[in-house]
Amino acid sequence: MTAAAPTLRRRTASRRVVLDRVLLYTVAVVLALWTLIPIYLVALAAFSERSAIYEFPKPLLPTRFSTDTMSFFVNSTGVLPSVRNSIIVAISTIVLGLVIGAPAGYALARFRFPGRDGFQVGVLVSKMFPIAILSIPLAVTFIDLGLYDNLIAVILVHTAMVLPFIVIVTSGVFLAVSRELEEAAQTLGTSRFGAFTRIALPLALPGLAAAAIFSFVTSWNEVFAATILTVRNTTLPAQVLASLNISPLYFRFAGGFFMIIPSLFFIFFMRKYLFNLWGPGR
Amino acid sequence: MSSVAFESVRKIFGKTVALKDVDLLVRDGEFMVLLGPSGCGKTTLLRCLAGLERIDAGTVRIGDRDVSDLPPRDRHIAMVFQSYAVFPHMKVYDNIAFGLRMRNKPKAEVERRVKEGAALLQLEPFLDRYPAQLSGGQRQRVAVARAIVTDAPVLLMDEPLSNLDALLRLHARAELKRLHGEVKRTTVYVTHDQIEALSMGDRIAVMREGQIVQLDTPSALYDRPADVFVGSFIGSPPMNFLRCRARNGTAVGEAFEVPGPPGMDGKEMLLGIRPENIKIGEGPLRGRVLVVEPLGSHALLTVMVGNESIKVVAPADTALRADEELRLAPEPHKVRWMDAASGKALTAPR
Repeated sequence: MTAAAPTLRRRTASRRVVLDRVLLYTVAVVLALWTLIPIYLVALAAFSERSAIYEFPKPLLPTRFSTDTMSFFVNSTGVLPSVRNSIIVAISTIVLGLVIGAPAGYALARFRFPGRDGFQVGVLVSKMFPIAILSIPLAVTFIDLGLYDNLIAVILVHTAMVLPFIVIVTSGVFLAVSRELEEAAQTLGTSRFGAFTRIALPLALPGLAAAAIFSFVTSWNEVFAATILTVRNTTLPAQVLASLNISPLYFRFAGGFFMIIPSLFFIFFMRKYLFNLWGPGR
Repeated sequence: MSSVAFESVRKIFGKTVALKDVDLLVRDGEFMVLLGPSGCGKTTLLRCLAGLERIDAGTVRIGDRDVSDLPPRDRHIAMVFQSYAVFPHMKVYDNIAFGLRMRNKPKAEVERRVKEGAALLQLEPFLDRYPAQLSGGQRQRVAVARAIVTDAPVLLMDEPLSNLDALLRLHARAELKRLHGEVKRTTVYVTHDQIEALSMGDRIAVMREGQIVQLDTPSALYDRPADVFVGSFIGSPPMNFLRCRARNGTAVGEAFEVPGPPGMDGKEMLLGIRPENIKIGEGPLRGRVLVVEPLGSHALLTVMVGNESIKVVAPADTALRADEELRLAPEPHKVRWMDAASGKALTAPR
């Protein structure tokens, strides 16, 4: 009896572990399919012959592989320059957003300053403003400033859009880095700033990577501000949107697929910073 | 080597005065323990010495330098934190080397000293590991090694053993003491554990409410506490205190009359006596046993004397049982008289 009890308990415990695993993987697979199936269908349409799009029932395997559609899309007027613009805008948004947002997040995490609570609420409130309401005044302002139809305008708006998120995420990340770690670095010979760059910053990298991914995806997908603020010098989503209504269906699929790729690459690249930054067991 | 001096150091957090003009001189090479309950200001005092807190008044000196306004890195101190603060993104080797590299030591010297430090704390097998792969005790040793290899003349420790389990703490305590014997650095050690303080300190500064209430060697502190607080904070179980009144050179309590201090007629006093300094058998104190707790090496009695309860150490094989009447005799030269009103000792420290 006394010997059997622990074994029994162990067995039920291990069963619970197995159940947890099954549940976890089921949810993970469902979530993955939710994202992957549409991507697959779009990819399928983008890499089939043009006529295949109108077939019914649709083949679920790439039976009529062709790069015609994609090359037609990529070579159509305005696509390549808009891709270049999109990349410039997205990367500038990340850099500018982190340069402004991460120190703000650090300050929120480390210092008790007057107006701190107000600042925190302000950051959240700014996230609530619909861009649609702001767009016309913004367009007018940028015309006044001579920045209309200029990428700088789009970069500034995108940065403003991602900043609240970056501030909140990075403040959480820096809060998780123990203050004693930075103090230890200072007693060992670094300055206050050195403690930040050598200790807090590397430890915060996963969170900063998450913020960067979010910024990239937000900027890359953002269409409203880009459409309002630019005419010729525009980003990819705005370009696609402008030509969508007057394009055939296969062109839309090609455009859709083309827009997905960079996000996927970017996330794959940043993934290693998200997980297991410093060895196993953590 | 360096001494450390606090001169009228004051620290204020908002409306609370955390340090009330503290004066303390730590001699060169001394192991000084700051002891006190939580919130007494001992950690604040240590952080003021490290430069992690700015002091609001007074002076902090290390050696003959006034370091009051210097940042931590210019104070030539090394510190072991309560949480160890081992950098999780660096291997053990890089953790220990951190302070040396920040001081731009040549590579060969860094390597030699990291090896020495690792040997001193038995960390050689772990140099290539990340802190997450170490146990709590090993991480604590990394923190100590990291502090020691810097050759800073003053070593600060903020409750370095409090996160270890009891057995490991016993071991680490002896290790730290051995280490201090070997490296002979001026050490300021903060703890709330009186046993740690008694066992390690050359001298102990007992703190309470932002002030040092007594500064003495462990044995003097134990035998001659300056007030009721120190007497009850140090020692386990704490010192006993019995109410009494002085009359013609005797102390008259509710259930006893013993020779008292001279010239205190009519004064309300407390008779302070440690549990192990009370003889059982003949004596002036009449008591009744409330509880007998056998503790292996000895038995601990809780005895009612009048309506006050005291602790008495008895031999392990004592025949006394609960509810038995007994007579007790406090050893006269171990008695400590306190002023009942102020709680301060009446007999001047010898």
